[in-house]
Amino acid sequence: MLLGETVRISLTSIRSNLFRALLTMLGIVIGVGAVITMVALGTGAQRQIDKQMAALGGDILSIQSSSWFSRGVARNQRTLTTDDAAALSRGMKHVSAVVPEINSRYQIKYGNQNLNITTIGTTPNYPDVHGFNFAYGNMFSAADEAARKRVVVLGAEIPEMFDADPAALIGRTIQIRSITFEIIGVLEPKGGFGWRNPDDDVWIPLSTAQFRVTGDEFVETISAKIAPTSSTEMAMLEIERVLRREHGILPGNDNDFAIMDRRQFAESRQEATQVFTYLLAGIAGVSLVVGGIGIMNIMLVTVTERTREIGVRKALGATRGNILLQFLVESTILCLLGGLIGLLLGATASALLARYAGWQTAMSTGSALMAFGFSATVGIVFGIWPARRAAGLDPIEALRHE
Amino acid sequence: MGGSFIDALRCVDLDIVPGEYVAIRGQSGSGKSTLMNIIGCLDRPTAGEYWLNGDRVSTMNDKQLARIRNLEIGFVFQTFNLLPRMSALANVEVPLIYSGRKRKHRFALASAALETVGLGDRMSHRPSEMSGGQRQRVAIARALVTNPSILLADEPTGNLDSNTGKEIMDLFDRLHDEGNTVIVVTHEQHIAKRASRVVRLSDGDVVSDTYMSES
Ligand SMILES: Nc1ncnc2c1ncn2[C@@H]1O[C@H](COP(=O)(O)OP(=O)(O)OP(=O)(O)O)[C@@H](O)[C@H]1O
Ligand SMILES: [Mg+2]
Repeated sequence: MLLGETVRISLTSIRSNLFRALLTMLGIVIGVGAVITMVALGTGAQRQIDKQMAALGGDILSIQSSSWFSRGVARNQRTLTTDDAAALSRGMKHVSAVVPEINSRYQIKYGNQNLNITTIGTTPNYPDVHGFNFAYGNMFSAADEAARKRVVVLGAEIPEMFDADPAALIGRTIQIRSITFEIIGVLEPKGGFGWRNPDDDVWIPLSTAQFRVTGDEFVETISAKIAPTSSTEMAMLEIERVLRREHGILPGNDNDFAIMDRRQFAESRQEATQVFTYLLAGIAGVSLVVGGIGIMNIMLVTVTERTREIGVRKALGATRGNILLQFLVESTILCLLGGLIGLLLGATASALLARYAGWQTAMSTGSALMAFGFSATVGIVFGIWPARRAAGLDPIEALRHE
Repeated sequence: MGGSFIDALRCVDLDIVPGEYVAIRGQSGSGKSTLMNIIGCLDRPTAGEYWLNGDRVSTMNDKQLARIRNLEIGFVFQTFNLLPRMSALANVEVPLIYSGRKRKHRFALASAALETVGLGDRMSHRPSEMSGGQRQRVAIARALVTNPSILLADEPTGNLDSNTGKEIMDLFDRLHDEGNTVIVVTHEQHIAKRASRVVRLSDGDVVSDTYMSES
């Protein structure tokens, strides 16, 4: 018998009990929808990290105070100072540039608007080292820095946050912690940079931050650019040696700072995301299997319910193979249909998550095909047992079935 | 089953030659339907043998049996056995599907068969939307549609008025005249009279087997 005929028979029998067909499919719909959404989320996260990786220079080390244990309690104390930064900028062989950062969130006032913005006190070489370009104006100079001038450079998104035209902002003033600063530059957007978006930060001279705003000598981070001919390891060793000397750490004692290769950090984040994606997809896959078992249950009920029909078909010339194929095709159609609906559901869910929750999602044809193939497999695997039962029925007993 | 065994059929030694017209009679429960099921290759005798066209049926495989049920035998069941979720036309088409006929062909054959039993205007009705007599005629159309060489009819006129019953029996006569074998279970004298041979069953035994002279 033709496959087309079998498909038609199956469609007729599905249509004659549409509500049950929908209930049967529900497990597959949810399973496929979940797999699609999870994979889309994972792929989205992956893409975002890839973008960040591309934005990161590979040649910058990040030095931070490390938390250490004191009487069993983790202390997250700052240990890096502007003096350390100064020491690292003198006579280093493997470090070509050093950029200290003092980070704090402050109330910033423009006109009558108040916003809480991360303010970074840093040195004039910051844009060069971190690869920022100016949309308007310039970076503050070494002279500004030496004079502790009250000048500020704005991140690309700041003008918009104050509803102001970026070009017109140059020369205007804002208040940081009630201290008036003159705006001298606006950066071009750069986008995600690890865990923060730098486009909504502002930058002021390090000395200004230290003496006029925070009032202490500590810095959060020192970025060190590795010299072009040096390796990451050589730069790390050199930095470690200098800082241990500066901090007076005795041999055998632990560092009170940490040197991180941000690229390496991003790579491990990428791996973690990948593992997480597989985990989520795996859990969603389990729901697919459960959905398949649901299909099997209903198909078994269907076989029992349609015993007489099977008897009639056999009495009229259906072979074992015909019956087997009919039930197999029926469960496969159910699964494929469920897979299709699940696909649409997953695509919608990913789109909604991207739109309203702001999560990065990326649908791929690969995951769509995989979900589709998987639901077809589920249909066949979980359809085989009921179909075999149907095919094996004795015609006369099937006809006598009430 | 249940503990006690009932022999639905006991001493049945029948030889039916191609082209015969046999009427089977007997009280209710005498084993007529059981015999028909065996002849129709649906049931197998627990003891004894059934040979069809020179082949022992008990040694046939699933494919061979399906082929015989599909092409050689037309079976009008006592309880009709129509598929409830399908139209009359679709019911009549079922055996044609399994013999691999094309759609267009099937439609032509099935609608012609329904016309012959007088149901040309009820083709799209489901069994539940039809009277008992109409259902019986759908079952007859389904048995005739493959133009079988052996027609088995288990009380085919039980639900029909005498006029329609006569038309159906005329149809069977025609099939017989074309050289096919017809076996009919009936309680009615005037139907049995059309047959060339009457087999009488009682409690699973053949109690009489009479050849009638053509009248
Ligand atoms: N599946 C079965 N299990 C046990 N006994 C059965 C079964 N089918 C039929 N019988 C018995 O076999 C006997 C013959 O049944 P059968 O259906 O052949 O009778 P029948 O001659 O066709 O009767 P009727 O004229 O009422 O249709 C009956 O006594 C019945 O109880
Ligand atoms: Mg009977």
